[in-house]
Amino acid sequence: MRFLPYLLAGLAFGFVMIKSEAASWYRIMEMFYFQSFHMFGIMASAIATGLTGVLLLKRYGHLSTLDGEAIVIPQKAPGRYNYIFGGLIFGLGWGIIGLCPGPIFSLVGMGSIGALAALAGALHGTWLYGLVKNRLPH
Amino acid sequence: MNMLAWLYAPWPWYVSGPLIGLMVPLMLWIGNRSFGISNNLRHMCAMTQPKSVGVDFFHYNWREHNWSLVFALGAVLGGFLAGIVFANPNPVALSVEALTMFSYWNVPIGEGFLPPVLFDLTLMSVTVMFAGGVMVGFGTRYAGGCTSGHAITGLSTLQSQSVLAVMGIFAGGLLSAHFITPHLFSLFW
Repeated sequence: MRFLPYLLAGLAFGFVMIKSEAASWYRIMEMFYFQSFHMFGIMASAIATGLTGVLLLKRYGHLSTLDGEAIVIPQKAPGRYNYIFGGLIFGLGWGIIGLCPGPIFSLVGMGSIGALAALAGALHGTWLYGLVKNRLPH
Repeated sequence: MNMLAWLYAPWPWYVSGPLIGLMVPLMLWIGNRSFGISNNLRHMCAMTQPKSVGVDFFHYNWREHNWSLVFALGAVLGGFLAGIVFANPNPVALSVEALTMFSYWNVPIGEGFLPPVLFDLTLMSVTVMFAGGVMVGFGTRYAGGCTSGHAITGLSTLQSQSVLAVMGIFAGGLLSAHFITPHLFSLFW
């Protein structure tokens, strides 16, 4: 039962990934060629909504989580090069396969062979990062 | 439009964008979680790493992140529901410019959600998708997040590290989408 909210949140997220067409390779290419407002509209309105939601959570500081804990916003680890180079490498892949990790998971649910191959690749890439992590600038 | 038609139709950006953005406060409210999905790639490696292999990055108690794996499972189920059960019968409504570009690239269009040339089972498509997947997996772990964790959560919570990551992501995507992807089609298909 403890995991039910996460299952439902994930289900909603996966559903929206498909319905928004953010999981469509065509839409991602269209975005990188600035041929449609669709993906930019999604990103901008998502960030605006997230920002507003977080501000409201902060403003009503007495709000707590489902478990009754005080709400604390998790912070990203300090660093510089890892964010730039990691983002760059991820972006290079994204511009080819047209899928970021969210859509990879939701397309696996659609039984897409290409998404399964991408997932297998992503797991190998993650493994590779684990192997060379300490030799990379962060 | 009635409710059922809405479930089958693709959703406009002003419906789907805010729904994605709501994930950020929702995950905080559920349990102080940072909305993001690519950490699961690390957990999946940690789950399957044999005890004899000593890669530090995968030595931690992944069971503490069960909630995240459940979230990913939900995303898979959501994809099944949206893409199979409530599948949009029409092809993606792309801009005229994009349709022209794809026909110039020799990518068949109008067949649905994904180009078969990249997503059906052929040696070439699986090779390209796997290789691109390696970059996505490596890059998201190096950057500590993907589009959800950095572009949505990181920017919504005003974190400067995520600004760097998003700049890197978009620069990388522009480079490969313009200088690699179009040539893949002329080379291999």
